[in-house]
Amino acid sequence: MMISVENIEKKYGEVKALRGVSLDVKEGELFGLIGPDGAGKTSLIRILVTLLKPDAGSATVNQLDVVDDFRKLRKQLGYMPGRFSLYPDLSVEENMNFFATVFGTTIEENYDLVKDIYQQIEPFKERLAGRLSGGMKQKLALSCALIHAPKVLILDEPTTGVDAVSRKEFWEMLKRLQKMGITIFVSTPYMDEANLCDRVALIQDGNILTIDTPEKVTQSFAHKLWAIRSDNMYLCIHHLREHPEAESVFGFGEYLHVTWKNQEMQAEEMMNYLTGLGHTNVEVKETEPGIEDVFMDLMQKHDS
Amino acid sequence: MKILRYLLQKEFIQIIRNKSMWPIIFVMPIVQMLILVNAATLELKKSDVLVVDQDMSDASRQLVNKLEGNPFFKVIQVNDADFDADDQLLKGKANVVLDIPQNFERDLRRDNKVSLQLRVDAINSMSAELTWSYMNSLIRDYNNNLRASWMGVSKFDPPQQIVVSPRYWYNPTLIYAFYMAPGVMVILVTVVGMFLSAVNLVREKEIGTMEQLNVTPIKKYQFIAAKMIPFLVIALVVLSFGLLIAKLVFNLPFHGNLLVLYGFTTVFLLGVMGLGLFISVVSDTQQQVFFLSYFFLLIFILMSGLFTPVESMPKWAQLLDHLNPLYYMMKVIRNVVLKGSGFFDLKYEFLSMLGYGVVMFSLAVMRYRKTA
Repeated sequence: MMISVENIEKKYGEVKALRGVSLDVKEGELFGLIGPDGAGKTSLIRILVTLLKPDAGSATVNQLDVVDDFRKLRKQLGYMPGRFSLYPDLSVEENMNFFATVFGTTIEENYDLVKDIYQQIEPFKERLAGRLSGGMKQKLALSCALIHAPKVLILDEPTTGVDAVSRKEFWEMLKRLQKMGITIFVSTPYMDEANLCDRVALIQDGNILTIDTPEKVTQSFAHKLWAIRSDNMYLCIHHLREHPEAESVFGFGEYLHVTWKNQEMQAEEMMNYLTGLGHTNVEVKETEPGIEDVFMDLMQKHDS
Repeated sequence: MKILRYLLQKEFIQIIRNKSMWPIIFVMPIVQMLILVNAATLELKKSDVLVVDQDMSDASRQLVNKLEGNPFFKVIQVNDADFDADDQLLKGKANVVLDIPQNFERDLRRDNKVSLQLRVDAINSMSAELTWSYMNSLIRDYNNNLRASWMGVSKFDPPQQIVVSPRYWYNPTLIYAFYMAPGVMVILVTVVGMFLSAVNLVREKEIGTMEQLNVTPIKKYQFIAAKMIPFLVIALVVLSFGLLIAKLVFNLPFHGNLLVLYGFTTVFLLGVMGLGLFISVVSDTQQQVFFLSYFFLLIFILMSGLFTPVESMPKWAQLLDHLNPLYYMMKVIRNVVLKGSGFFDLKYEFLSMLGYGVVMFSLAVMRYRKTA
């Protein structure tokens, strides 16, 4: 196991950020930690990168304990914090050189590893990092995190606040790094990014809800899922929730995702129910569940 | 060692690129030296005197003449009755009112004794006291002369008199700038050492690079040393610059050894930098550093003996001042520059400042470990 986390707990005063989290990440895996803001993602990551001590439980990265062997471990870790945290008053090249030197290496030594990414920002190497665009900053941060050829790359919400095209590009970069043999642990609040990972852990309120491949996670969704819409979405939610057979009703883009206690419920019946209540342009169809549906479902079960 | 060298290189690049740093290093010393040293003076110059001479005699006129001839006083008005003296005092037109009563000369001749009244504007208690004592010595002098002339002194047998003629050591001409200039240099050095270094360190926290640095193999001592050394160097440059200005503009004599001064300043800087480090460790933003440093700087400067002698402070304040690094440095720099004191003359100050530095640094590093 490249990363192994066992029953980690962390409290900030009265607030429990992590309530007994356990997970394993295999060598060479691209592992996603997925959950909304405040779920405990950053706390777990800060524990893994030796910046935070857990209150209970233990964690190892590449067989090194995050508390006892933190010095050795730091040399093998690449960490990209959620916030841009390079020197804005140093140039692109100076930032790279700085992080290479403090890890006792040079840009040339590990150039192969960062080549793909660094080449894209190399034309601007004289520019101060503070004057780069968001996407370029991110590439520089990734290059700096990789310059000492870490065995594990840990990224905290790297795609938050990044445009759709850059997000896609960024995930492609991660895939390429994975092919070079680097284990990647990435957190994200975007459910749609789950499908890009080998395995994902869903986290909510400091609890891991499930850990599996994205396919298996979605397959675990035991209900028939219906996508429903009408002209008055607000009332539509209201009316569906009032239906005695309704189990869950959530807004999902332009449709509502609905599950029923009775799996035999037919589309016609739902249509009739809504049109009977005065809805126009009602549309009902069966749909494939996504990670988000599973997440909502698990969250509800966990709460009750 | 290689890492430390590289960290230092990075710090210097950042400092050089920081445009607000240059004025602080070069403009601040010039402005503070020129303005503070010249403006902050305790010397009494031209106190405005209003004389109410109700006697208008020979003797009273002599006293007024004497006043007029004194460089510290300026007689703005002589009234023969007390009709608007209080008013002038109230309006701030006069600083002092000297009342010469009726029959001043007659009583003096007959009873050998007479009273004068002095009304002094004491809004500024310091200058009021000075006025009082200058006036006192002037009147005593006048008194002696008067008696001598009335009694008809023979040249060969002068009346026995004790004459005190002061000699001012280390600053014989009592030039106030010689007293102020070294003090202002201490303040310059303190601002660079304590304030700039603290702001610089907390910036790493603010922009988040601290987080990135903490996952690198950089050791704490390397990081702290890399943060402190540049400002130690800058502070010593500022000191040299200040000394140069003092020499060129005020012709400040330098009786001591430069090496002793730089040695002491370095030890002093360790103390204030330790405090700066502590402030930056307990703060999260530059703003917090501003407020905390301001708090300490103000107390330190006002209690340092820059303007008012520490010896005239209450006993408890003098004791408390032993926690003030500027108190020691103020003493050291004045003694080295004006008196030429050497290392062994100041070993108590040396040990105190060294102890201060060790304690401050230990506190800061201990606290740093806990938080980071």
